[in-house]
Amino acid sequence: MSTLEILFYALSAFAIISAVMVLVSKNPIHSVLWLILVFFAISGHYILLNAQFLAIVNIIVYAGAIMVLFLFVIMLMNIKQENEFKKHLLVKFIGVLSGGSFLVLLVSLVKQTVQLQGQKVLLKEGNIGLIHPLGKALFTDYVVPFEISSVLFLSAMVGAVIIGKK
Amino acid sequence: MTILSFDWAFIIEKLIMIAIIVFASLGIALYTTFGERKVAAILQDRPGPSRAGPFGLLQPLADGLKLITKEEIIPSHADKWLFILGPGLAMTASLLTCAVIPWGTAIHVFGRTVELQIADINIGILYVFAVVSMGVYGIMIGGWASNNKFSLLSALRAASQAISYELAMGLALIGLLMTTGSLSLKTIVEAQVAGNWWNVVYQPLGFLIFFICAMAECNRTPFDLPEAENELNFGYHQEYSSMKLGFYLFAEYINMIMSSAIMASMYFGGYDLPFFDESTVAPNIAAMIGVGTLLIKIVLFIFLFMWIRWTIPRFRYDQLMSLGWKTMIPLALFNMLLTGAIILAKL
Amino acid sequence: MQPLTNKAQAVSRKPMTFLERLYLINIIKGMVITFSHMFKKQPTIHYPEQKREFSPVFRGLHVLNRDEEGKERCTACGLCAVACPAEAITMEAAERTEDELHLYREEKYAAKYEINMLRCIFCGLCEEACPKDAIYLSETFAPANYTRKGFIYGKPDLLIPNPKTEAAALAMAKGVEA
Repeated sequence: MSTLEILFYALSAFAIISAVMVLVSKNPIHSVLWLILVFFAISGHYILLNAQFLAIVNIIVYAGAIMVLFLFVIMLMNIKQENEFKKHLLVKFIGVLSGGSFLVLLVSLVKQTVQLQGQKVLLKEGNIGLIHPLGKALFTDYVVPFEISSVLFLSAMVGAVIIGKK
Repeated sequence: MTILSFDWAFIIEKLIMIAIIVFASLGIALYTTFGERKVAAILQDRPGPSRAGPFGLLQPLADGLKLITKEEIIPSHADKWLFILGPGLAMTASLLTCAVIPWGTAIHVFGRTVELQIADINIGILYVFAVVSMGVYGIMIGGWASNNKFSLLSALRAASQAISYELAMGLALIGLLMTTGSLSLKTIVEAQVAGNWWNVVYQPLGFLIFFICAMAECNRTPFDLPEAENELNFGYHQEYSSMKLGFYLFAEYINMIMSSAIMASMYFGGYDLPFFDESTVAPNIAAMIGVGTLLIKIVLFIFLFMWIRWTIPRFRYDQLMSLGWKTMIPLALFNMLLTGAIILAKL
Repeated sequence: MQPLTNKAQAVSRKPMTFLERLYLINIIKGMVITFSHMFKKQPTIHYPEQKREFSPVFRGLHVLNRDEEGKERCTACGLCAVACPAEAITMEAAERTEDELHLYREEKYAAKYEINMLRCIFCGLCEEACPKDAIYLSETFAPANYTRKGFIYGKPDLLIPNPKTEAAALAMAKGVEA
């Protein structure tokens, strides 16, 4: 095992443990903080993939901005464990069923993909996550989807402003 | 087996660099607190701290000793672990920034070329942004974990202020990045050393926006709403005592030093001493002169921060938000467009 | 009311111009003002090393005077206690015996003489009332104390040193002025 592989497995274990803690934590604030750790682990993976730009943007956007807004909402809602409403048993059952089938679906998809079979993880190779190739790809090959998604964001912003004005 | 097959000398070199830079930052921060009190005093016709040691120079040590020996108080309904995590996170985030600042050119010791920078990563500025956005968590977690309404409110204020001004800061930087074409701080500084002018000449508006936003990010006085004494008692660190409070106060000063270093590197030539030919002296001495130059620039910026703090009163919260969203962001966008237009016209 | 200075200005309600709304000029003006204060003289007096001059009419802690031979001047007439608006002075009189001749100037003297410095307002009326020049207000003030009792000054606290036996202490108490 090379150093990179050790790092990979350590990061993966870290990501999975944190993800489990997100679900297990009783306190929603703790869940959000564990989720931030998950993002950090994933950024670590990006760095292993030689995609520093993606790694940093992942931290800035998700861990830095979106999670702060999550914390905002949860802190202001003041959720306590006592006033958590009791879920019906049937609802729980349906939840487990749908979640479980989604997991089965994902696993089967990954298993069916030919490209992923017998492949080792890509470490310290490729350059698509660096800023120059990424910028080139976004503004030449994928310029139409890129612009369309920016229009989508613009409309979302306008909608937010309109809701805020009411 | 390829485990542990590192270049050990490289690791040791970097560890020594990290130790030196971190301790130097802490030391400078210690004396920045002293400088703040002295500057405040002099601007207000007072002598300032003058009792501990000659000219009061031992005052920061006395302050630190006082903070360490004070009683640690954790409120009974606080979330204990997050309460401890908050100041630690604030401190870590502010210290992490120093990794990408180029303190000088390379020096040669023991037959090795040692770069005076912990890590020259190709996304240096974005790294700074990521770390700064982490700093908000220190405040938010501490404010929430204190289980105090004032602390929570001020934590929310701090977070929304940081996010609002981070946007304008990033947009102001884009103009600079368009002219330099690189995100690496080292490359930006080297381009300024090689070129005729510092970047501030090309980006005066961008610098102004960046400076104002940096002040807001550091929670310095016209923007120190998170710790507004008159409405929030003391803000997010109200429940803190002892060294945990010290960490919060310290983190603010380290943030100030780091943002000064970044502004000096990006807009004011970093370690470039103007009208001085580095090739006339030995390379090691030239590197040391460069480090000294950067430190002087940092000190000047810190003085500017303090000078502004003791001149301008605090904003009202709605004024802060409207300045951020309605003035700074449109101005930054305008700056970006202008830079783009000029670059296109030159091509 | 008549204007005291000619600096009064009518409030201008006209809308601000663009330059004024930028505030940049005013901010720079303010910063120049604060910067100019760096070069102003500091009025601070570094206390234990430097002391502010007392005003010539300063009224501080009381002293009970002695005459040139070291005899106490006070005759316990009680005029000071009567004059005192804060009722801070208490005294008990006693008659001088033969072997106390060198201690007291008059036939009657104050066996107990107490001033409560927490009550005293340092008006100096006791000084004016005294027919024997026995009580004076000096140029010091009462130092801090841990208890209220500590502020009730008895005769040993108030009497000046004896010029005969404790000349050195008297000279020190008089300080530079002497």
